[in-house]
Amino acid sequence: MKINKLLVGLMMSVTLVAGAAQAAELSIVSGDTGNGLAFLRSQLDKFEADTGNTVTVVPMPSSTSDQFGQYKLWLAAGNADIDVYQTDVIWAPQLADQFLDLTDAAKDVVGNHFPSIIESQTVDGKLVALPAFTDAPALFYRKDLLEKYNKEVPTTWAEMTATAQEIMDGERAAGNPEMYGFVFQGNAYEGLTCNALEWVKSFGGGQIVEADGTISINNPQAAAAIDMAATWIGTISPEGNLAYQEEESRGVWQLGNSVFMRNWPYAYALGNSDDSPVKGLFDVAPLPAGEGEGAGSAATLGGWNVAVSKYSPDPEEAIKLALFLSSPEVQKERAINQSNLPTIPSLYEDADVLAASPFMANWKAIFEQAVPRPSAPTKIKYNEVSSLFWSAVHSTLSGNGTAAENLEGLEADLADLKGDAW
Amino acid sequence: MGATFDLWKITKTTLFYALVVVIVVVSVFPFYYAILTSFKQGTDIFRITYWPVSFSLENYQSVLSQGSFPRNLLNSIFVASVTVILALFLAVTAAFALSRVRFRGRGFLLMVILGVSMFPQIAVLSGLFELIRALNIYNTPWALIFSYTIFTLPFTVWVLTTFMRDLPIEIEEAAIVDGASPWVIITKVFMPLMWPALVTTGLLAFIGAWNEFLFALTFTSSNDTRTVPVAIALLSGGSQYEIPWGIIMAASVIVTVPLVALVLIFQRKIVSGLTAGGVKG
Amino acid sequence: MATDVMATPVAATGGKIKSELMQQRVRAARWFLLPMLIALAVVAGWPLLRSIYFSFTDASLNNIDGAEWIGFGNYFRVQQLASGAVRYRGLLVDADWWNAVWNTLRFAATSVFFEAVLGMVVALVLNAEFKGRGIVRAAILIPWAIPTIVSAKMWSWMLNDQFGILNDLGMRLGLLSQKVAWTATAETAMQAVLVVDIWKTTPFMALLILAGLQMVPKDIYEAAEIDGVHPIKQFFRITLPLVRPALMVAIIFRLLDALRIFDLIYVLTPNSSATKTMSVLARENLFDFDKFAYGSAMSTLLFLIIAILTIVYIWLGKVRFDGGDR
Repeated sequence: MKINKLLVGLMMSVTLVAGAAQAAELSIVSGDTGNGLAFLRSQLDKFEADTGNTVTVVPMPSSTSDQFGQYKLWLAAGNADIDVYQTDVIWAPQLADQFLDLTDAAKDVVGNHFPSIIESQTVDGKLVALPAFTDAPALFYRKDLLEKYNKEVPTTWAEMTATAQEIMDGERAAGNPEMYGFVFQGNAYEGLTCNALEWVKSFGGGQIVEADGTISINNPQAAAAIDMAATWIGTISPEGNLAYQEEESRGVWQLGNSVFMRNWPYAYALGNSDDSPVKGLFDVAPLPAGEGEGAGSAATLGGWNVAVSKYSPDPEEAIKLALFLSSPEVQKERAINQSNLPTIPSLYEDADVLAASPFMANWKAIFEQAVPRPSAPTKIKYNEVSSLFWSAVHSTLSGNGTAAENLEGLEADLADLKGDAW
Repeated sequence: MGATFDLWKITKTTLFYALVVVIVVVSVFPFYYAILTSFKQGTDIFRITYWPVSFSLENYQSVLSQGSFPRNLLNSIFVASVTVILALFLAVTAAFALSRVRFRGRGFLLMVILGVSMFPQIAVLSGLFELIRALNIYNTPWALIFSYTIFTLPFTVWVLTTFMRDLPIEIEEAAIVDGASPWVIITKVFMPLMWPALVTTGLLAFIGAWNEFLFALTFTSSNDTRTVPVAIALLSGGSQYEIPWGIIMAASVIVTVPLVALVLIFQRKIVSGLTAGGVKG
Repeated sequence: MATDVMATPVAATGGKIKSELMQQRVRAARWFLLPMLIALAVVAGWPLLRSIYFSFTDASLNNIDGAEWIGFGNYFRVQQLASGAVRYRGLLVDADWWNAVWNTLRFAATSVFFEAVLGMVVALVLNAEFKGRGIVRAAILIPWAIPTIVSAKMWSWMLNDQFGILNDLGMRLGLLSQKVAWTATAETAMQAVLVVDIWKTTPFMALLILAGLQMVPKDIYEAAEIDGVHPIKQFFRITLPLVRPALMVAIIFRLLDALRIFDLIYVLTPNSSATKTMSVLARENLFDFDKFAYGSAMSTLLFLIIAILTIVYIWLGKVRFDGGDR
């Protein structure tokens, strides 16, 4: 039949093209985006020139939860088509079984990186991934508005709340009904875990699950921290903040409609872009501290790493690629081009880096206070721990029960999940 | 009688057209807003407007030049077309058997076919993945055509069976008396009468395959084999958290236009039904 | 019903020739069914059976080959605590699961009901003769034609509390007194999902019903017109019975989709227990959490729930399987 011939013809042409595309030796998945992908490509070109390998980039959706699901599925099926994975800082313990141990390969270079980051990627003595860059959020504030109302940059949450309220009321009275005081990430997702961990830690309320595996979240300081955040909703933060992720907060902030914002460094460069109404009007500071015993500023540790699949047909070259992507040269380029925070301390004093991204000098202080999420002690159950935590916090923020009530329930759920051991 | 009748008629016509307008506005408005957004740049995107204020084709340029979007468009066309042709071919013959021939276990068979559509897609994902790797079609359009059968086939079989069942028996009788084989009956008698149903199911199945995302993402691993919905999901702004609304909207407009064109081409087939076929019940 | 009436005389005219012909047709039918059944078995057989199998094991995605049979443990098991107390565990006593089931049922019933009614209205409008009908028909299909992944994002954008156009429109028209954060709270988020789903899938219903209307012979209406039957009566006496098969099938497929709804909920709602549906919960357990077997159990139970509902629906709706009397 005619249709059949047509089909065969099409099939041939399609498989031929697909076959040609697969001729590459290595492939790396990346959930990175536009500029990030272009940057990665430019670095890979160098790697190709140096080693003679060819590297294909397989782009993935930028939602980290979607990436995680895909990678898990691919790895479970022993997918040999992907050699190198870019991994979120919290994934190491959950995917450790499927990646190669890089301890030997990286023994000469691990000393260059922040020890805490190397530690976050080490699971049961196995170095699962090498750091590519790190991430830590900060408090974005409007210099012009603080000046106008003669206010200092707040160092405690209470100060921030009071300042935000006053400026918001003033600006609204002055004719901007859209004005708010503070925007953050309040949607029920991993980002809320990051935000809420900062509140809790800054009040001296621990890190949800401590390094030794004890569940510490049900304590008065933690409850006070989350109760405080609940008072923001509908006052200094819009009701809609309960559905905000990073981009929604940035949208409100960048239109000039918020005094403060909690966000990652990416918003710095965008806020200073040419068409931004807040260009040049803002700066960043460490997140405010809480009150009570053990209070202090806290920022959640983010960042991305490179790992090598144990199903890679060419592990040696793949490890070379991973080492290359975490090298000081690439990290420096990354800091200059992408404003990504290096994982190598000396780069924070590098003149070229500071010339391109002056704010990085501030960020070292922020980074030094960074708290890891409890992904190491909770191992493969981290995602569920995080989901239980953000649900409890989201309920409190939405006014369903007090923090104390919700944290008590959370503790019971976590104990249940933990069983005998994580 | 005359005057009041006219008044009633005018009101009726007005109301009817008002209804048409409401339906069109509700259907099209979000799309219109998408087009509007696709012409915007930078911080403008966060500002609400109802009419085009700025006009920039930059987003369209960046979509068409970004990576392999035109290639993805071709992939989508190929995958969706082959899926639909295969599904319709398998379904027409099966529907004839299920609707015009009496045999035991028909109801059970129909339920089994439907049962395939009762599993959440997310749950069959890993099994399908293994199957596709075993067949060695991973990262080719055939992986998608293969997996899309899981939702297009039950749908086309059921709809065509329903429509074929309701055609009066007389239309077959002459052919049966002439000793025509079942295949001839299908192609010469039923197919011409089934145009509205065939085109409608084909169109709906086409759109289903065209828009599928999860399988397309899982069963391909290179930009050259991916389809448009995946390509759109992968369109990205400058940095990790930045969502490029303008570009996404531009891409959506590009993706939707071929479908609208398809409807316009086939819509005459949708209306030419039994009456056009000249067979009266 | 009209079709039955038309079919009966033919069945009665049969005879011996007829039975021979019948046998020939049955043989042909087997060959016609075979390719379709093989295709379905190849594509769907393994993944479905595998999911069901895993629901009876302790499978983890980290070690899928090491899955061991544990019987009904994922569904129901009795746990003896050290203190001697007895606890019931498993999916069948999981409050989160039943909450999700309830969310899904409520969602499916509401959305499919509105889609059927609105779809019928749209189909009747499109079936009428008027100028520009082709354009309108294409315009109506736009919501269905936009990829879900895009329309979900598009609507989340339009529903945004600060820069969403719907709030702005509502304020301008005086329908809203202040901007509403539609997707922030579970209550309004569910309404938002309903609106988007109805907007998106009404065209699907409308088109299938329209195909049904088109296959209704026109002269039936002409006869009714001459007899002076009131249009509303015409609709309930003639149109509805004639498009009923098409409508029923359209509803079945919409119901299956609505009961498995995933993407809209995933993108548009704050991921709280008040909006989670069965598929969302299953995804979470399959991939996000290390509970592949439990997620498989959810998928299997979801399958059973849908199957039961479909059977009940087919039975209540008297959808014909027998294909009349031929």
